[in-house]
Amino acid sequence: MPKIVINGKEIEFENGMTVLQACELANVEIPRFCYHEKLSIAGNCRMCLVEMEKSAKPIASCAMPAAEGMNIKTNTEMVEKARKGVMEFLLANHPLDCPVCDQGGECDLQDQSLYYGFDKSRFSENKRAVQDKYMGPLIKTQMTRCIHCTRCVRFVEEVAGVEEIGAIGRGENMEITTYLEKSMDSELSANVIDLCPVGALTSKPYAFEARPWELKKTESIDVTDAVGSNIRVDTYGWEVKRILPRVNEDINEEWISDKTRYSCDGLLKQRLDTPYIKRSGKFIKTSWDEAISVLSEKINNLKPSEIAGHLGDMISIENTFAFKKFLESIKVSNFDFREKKFFINPGNKQNYIFNSSIQGIENADLILLVGCNPRHEATMVNARIRKSFLHNKTKIYSIGDPGDLTYDYTIIGNNTKIIKDIIEGKDNFTDKIKSAKNPMIIIGESALELSSGQFILSGFKNFLISNNLVKKDWNPLNILIQNASTVGALDLGFYSISNGENFTFFEKLKNKEFKLIYLLGSDNFDFKKNDEFIVYQGSHGDRGAEIADLILPSPAFTEQNGLFLNLEGRLQECRKASYPINDVKEDWKIFEMIILKNEQKKQFKNFNDLRDQAIQNLKNTSNIGELPNFTEFTKDNTNSTFLDEHVKIRDIDYYFSNSISRSSKTMSQCRDVRVKNLKEGTNN
Amino acid sequence: MSLKKVYENQPKDFVFTETNLKLAEEILKKYPNKNKKSAVMPFLYLAQKQNNNWIPLAAIKYIGKYLSMPYIRVYEIATFYSMYNLAPVGKNFFQVCTTSPCLLRGAAKIVEVCKNKISKKENEVSKDGLFSWMEVECLGACVNAPVIQINDDYFEDLDEKSTTKIIESLQNNKPLKPGSFRGRKNTAPEKSYKISGDQNA
Repeated sequence: MPKIVINGKEIEFENGMTVLQACELANVEIPRFCYHEKLSIAGNCRMCLVEMEKSAKPIASCAMPAAEGMNIKTNTEMVEKARKGVMEFLLANHPLDCPVCDQGGECDLQDQSLYYGFDKSRFSENKRAVQDKYMGPLIKTQMTRCIHCTRCVRFVEEVAGVEEIGAIGRGENMEITTYLEKSMDSELSANVIDLCPVGALTSKPYAFEARPWELKKTESIDVTDAVGSNIRVDTYGWEVKRILPRVNEDINEEWISDKTRYSCDGLLKQRLDTPYIKRSGKFIKTSWDEAISVLSEKINNLKPSEIAGHLGDMISIENTFAFKKFLESIKVSNFDFREKKFFINPGNKQNYIFNSSIQGIENADLILLVGCNPRHEATMVNARIRKSFLHNKTKIYSIGDPGDLTYDYTIIGNNTKIIKDIIEGKDNFTDKIKSAKNPMIIIGESALELSSGQFILSGFKNFLISNNLVKKDWNPLNILIQNASTVGALDLGFYSISNGENFTFFEKLKNKEFKLIYLLGSDNFDFKKNDEFIVYQGSHGDRGAEIADLILPSPAFTEQNGLFLNLEGRLQECRKASYPINDVKEDWKIFEMIILKNEQKKQFKNFNDLRDQAIQNLKNTSNIGELPNFTEFTKDNTNSTFLDEHVKIRDIDYYFSNSISRSSKTMSQCRDVRVKNLKEGTNN
Repeated sequence: MSLKKVYENQPKDFVFTETNLKLAEEILKKYPNKNKKSAVMPFLYLAQKQNNNWIPLAAIKYIGKYLSMPYIRVYEIATFYSMYNLAPVGKNFFQVCTTSPCLLRGAAKIVEVCKNKISKKENEVSKDGLFSWMEVECLGACVNAPVIQINDDYFEDLDEKSTTKIIESLQNNKPLKPGSFRGRKNTAPEKSYKISGDQNA
């Protein structure tokens, strides 16, 4: 490995590194504004100037490739002077409004001017003023503060893939704006707020809410989709003030989607705070005692076959397990987690997870999307696919039309016929998959909802196994799960499948066999209510509570601890950041109350006991934060029905996909903007 | 020069005329297909020529679609270069050079004339619609300073008198010939100086 001397210390670096990266290896801190590891190099802020031997001028370390034998100095008078000079120029036009700026306390410019800047200003001329720009309901702009690092411009171009922010004008008159001040049409738009090193782009919903040092920070994970993005929940007392991304190179890198970030204001609204019971069409407040006795009386008067349970989209593994145990204690065997009738094959864990892993997308050389829209169903997965498309020129194909995905792809067919042809080797696409080194097939829930859902899943699986494409380090079969609770529910067996019949639960529901349906936080489960008695246990007064006859309030995901398996089958912990309001009881405790009412024994000693038992029931799961172990993958039997039908990708209402985001004011603003401003072709 | 403002009354549509469409196709041939974005500057120039010396937003969209590039990228370029006008200009568009050599030779006085005769502010079309003026950076004709570019022609070696004359001649629709206004041929010396006996200085 080549060597470089930094401040007299010789260190080894990898080829292709810049001087700045080499300095980081040597634990030498270089101040910077425009440089960002995940973005292309711009080299326009000049803050990273260092001295290089044999160079008369200081060099911009972020843009200078490190080379063998370079002698870099970062602690000389020249560097100090250069930094002070650059800082003075940056501050010449930067307003002194830190006391009213939302970036205060976490501002790169503030911190770096303290360490590297001048203590006085020599600039007595007028400062330049720039008009603020409209960038949609999420981003508040204060463009006078902008130092033109162009991080935001590079982010939307490279990562988000919607070229809508640009720098207009030039020189002193350069301004950052969206095209004609339209709002950005991206699910990743709010990441520019984190990227902005100054207070030019700040969060609109969080404006003037709190200072960073007043907030309690809890490291947690996101449950609004199945990706399990790593987040930090910032709370002030009970209120969740904001949600920020946490770096996890395996999942979300350092971005999160707008829904993850901004549905948190939905946690403050539409909350269920006390048990309610419906009497003559009206909800009446009631006590826990009464609610539980009404419920257990109902349960005792009904046959177990007349009772059903349904699991919602944001339920942790512990609560799923407790729910299942509770239902089994009253001998109920009809329960499911599916909101739509999609085919599942829970025999092997690899039948329902994203086997290639999210990080693995970067190694793929061919991606086939089968009936899925990753942009809306798993935004962070889509960002990875775009990264792979940009850096490795990965070829992307789709069956079914998902619309604009922010990268180029080819639609190879709209009907299931093409799938059959590929599997049977009649289409020339078969050879493309076979000749690819690391192919990926991503099957969406929409594809599994088709009548040939089983054919698609087992067909592709058998095809991959018989062509030796499933290796120990690479499994090309991927299922794109939409809900955070799904993989956990599948692991714990929270479904009703009788021999060969995948949709027993749905059949029974259709035949009106149920008299009592217990909904655990399920708001997206759309079914026609007849005269069933519906129990809704959850955090928000949403679709589930609307049709309920008895409401049992439970905390939201930020208010209780819980484990989740993300779509890769990675076990992660969602931590309690805030506490439950008012008279709310944790889900598993409610089940215990009902069980105790029926004079049975308590099932779990405490929460840790519950967690231990739940983890024991998970399939081949390793430690927290790690992927599941590889197990042998065998062929399915092939006699599944095939029907030539149109692959329709069910469009999900991105900003309104769960009960929290439906209660959020910010999300409904985003949705309004998207509905009103239909795109006019700025996509590539 | 401050940031260009987008004109309020925008035309709804813009398409290249048939002759310009042919020219555009010719321009595209100069670039490989994967780099067809490179044609954006000549395209903007064509659009400006076609639309009375200014570029409407419709043209920015049209060019963006034509070259399959995002609108903001076309818009960035149109705002970056001072040669692209984003609002209507007079029939005779005066670009007064005010960079150092011209300034030393009296460009400030010419700006005064423009202010008095054409419009008080830069980039303001005169009442009759015939004129508008703006200050520009070096036009590259420093030898003949001070210089004004009127539409495509250079008027050189000017002073207050000759500038007034030019404006009046254009008002009467009897335009004067471009070039030096002190009788110089191109950039040739005015008098024949003798330096160490030679005729050519």
